Amino acid sequence: MALSQLSLDHHEKAKLSADLDSIISFIEAMNQVSTEDVEPLAHALDLTQTLRPDVAVGGIDRSAFQRIAPETSDGFYLVPKVLQQR
Amino acid sequence: MKPYAGLRELTQGLRSKAFSTVELTQFYLDRIHRLNERLNCFITVDDEAALERAKLADQRLSQTDVPRLCGIPIAHKDLFCTKGLRTTCASRTLASFVAPYDATVVRQTSAAGANMLGKTNMDEFAMGSSNETSYFGPVSNPWDATRSPGGSSGGSAAAVAAGLVPFATGTDTGGSIRQPAGLCGVTGLKPTYGRVSRFGMIAFASSLDQGGPVAHSVEDAYELLRAMEGYDPADSTSANVEPTALPATHENLVIGYPEALFDGLDAEFSSAIDAARGRFEALGHSIKTIELPHVDAAIAAYYVLSGAEASTNLARYDGVRYGHRSGDQNDLADMYRSSRSEGFGLEVKRRILTGTYSLSVGYFDAYYLKAQKVRRLVRDGFLAAFADVDLILAPVAPTPAFELGSLKADPVQMYRQDIYTIPVSLAGLPGLSMPCGFVDGLPIGMQLIGKHFEEGKVLAAGMAYQQETNWHEQHPALGDESVA
Repeated sequence: MALSQLSLDHHEKAKLSADLDSIISFIEAMNQVSTEDVEPLAHALDLTQTLRPDVAVGGIDRSAFQRIAPETSDGFYLVPKVLQQR
Repeated sequence: MKPYAGLRELTQGLRSKAFSTVELTQFYLDRIHRLNERLNCFITVDDEAALERAKLADQRLSQTDVPRLCGIPIAHKDLFCTKGLRTTCASRTLASFVAPYDATVVRQTSAAGANMLGKTNMDEFAMGSSNETSYFGPVSNPWDATRSPGGSSGGSAAAVAAGLVPFATGTDTGGSIRQPAGLCGVTGLKPTYGRVSRFGMIAFASSLDQGGPVAHSVEDAYELLRAMEGYDPADSTSANVEPTALPATHENLVIGYPEALFDGLDAEFSSAIDAARGRFEALGHSIKTIELPHVDAAIAAYYVLSGAEASTNLARYDGVRYGHRSGDQNDLADMYRSSRSEGFGLEVKRRILTGTYSLSVGYFDAYYLKAQKVRRLVRDGFLAAFADVDLILAPVAPTPAFELGSLKADPVQMYRQDIYTIPVSLAGLPGLSMPCGFVDGLPIGMQLIGKHFEEGKVLAAGMAYQQETNWHEQHPALGDESVA
């Protein structure tokens, strides 16, 4: 829960913990298959990472991105205080 | 004007000036406003801008070099970013998000002349198989409003099925184009992973997500695919391959028939598939029984991998740069948690929790790595089958459209909706879903699966099938026929 940065209310907790139990037993179906000596596969196609030419291109207007932010000031994103004053 | 007209007829009508783009656009917009309250296919309808663009399209139509899809209305699934028009991903988190740029798919279809009428409803963050996880409410199946259209591209499939647009874009991670196309009686294609750019397509599971067309026919799906596909330097997993081309002449193909997959289907369902098999044989193809191993393990592996990828992709929704920010905050960590908890629905939380669990220390090998190994076995199983066959015929979904609410309580039952589509996604293969009959008055679909980047063969076989059959020309009774 800490990892997912979610907080759940009592109702959600009850529902999701029951669901996760059944999802985990469903996932156990993988264990019917022997995967000894099998290499993991991250992508279905063996594509190599393509790189674009190393030429600078125009970026996207920074202010356009800041306009959709909940709170900004002087080009910075504002968030609640991290350190409290003593 | 006819709501179910195909692309060829619409293009001819526009170019011969039988009707103008403005008239055509207004016709579909009126239809959307008449039927959307009942079906809830659209999250956003962009009337004013669509009519403005239609005027420009009418001007272009009298000039030379008219783009291929000039003036043809289209709808985009609401996870393709559209500059200036909100993109919600059917989530509270993004309910008022307006992207500062267009997705490549949006840019390319606009350049081809298609005119966006609006954004279609979907499962929240494309996580779901019933369209019930949308923050904007479920979509109804046009064939029976008490039933689900499938998901996650349920809005796109239902909009096409109801004749609200001639075609629409969708995305497919584990079946999200093919299953709703099957449940709504329309045609949908999930292309090979990498064929369609993911740039500007809001990510769910990046190693699986793929955009594709939803249309009335294979022919129209192909035309839309041509506008969507292509190498995109902005997407590092975009494949630099030749555009999809149909084979120049008819080929007699070997179609693989994974017999065991059809075992669980009821009799009416099986006989529709048998009839389709016979049709393919009559077209000159031969059928070869094959085995596709590890199907049950494939769905399990899919939920581990897609959950893991989702949990990392959705980490970006923290209320800082865009999206919902909670007003309830004492410090930064608090703000992250309350913004995310308020912004995400239950299914999204379920997937994030599954994902973080399988990625956590102590479980990583048993779940995530194990799933990646199963993924290799599933893919290799397909590659082995494709040594002897050109295409594979499979069901799309285990049942026709189910009642809204009937699977909602049990996520595992819901996940099983995608049993036939998930293995194809894990293997990155193209899969075409098209209607092949009716069970209890509801359309059912079948799936044609091809080798990587061989969409041309898949589509050609599908087109030949649709020339011989009229399942794709059946339309739901919407009580709206007088205007048709």
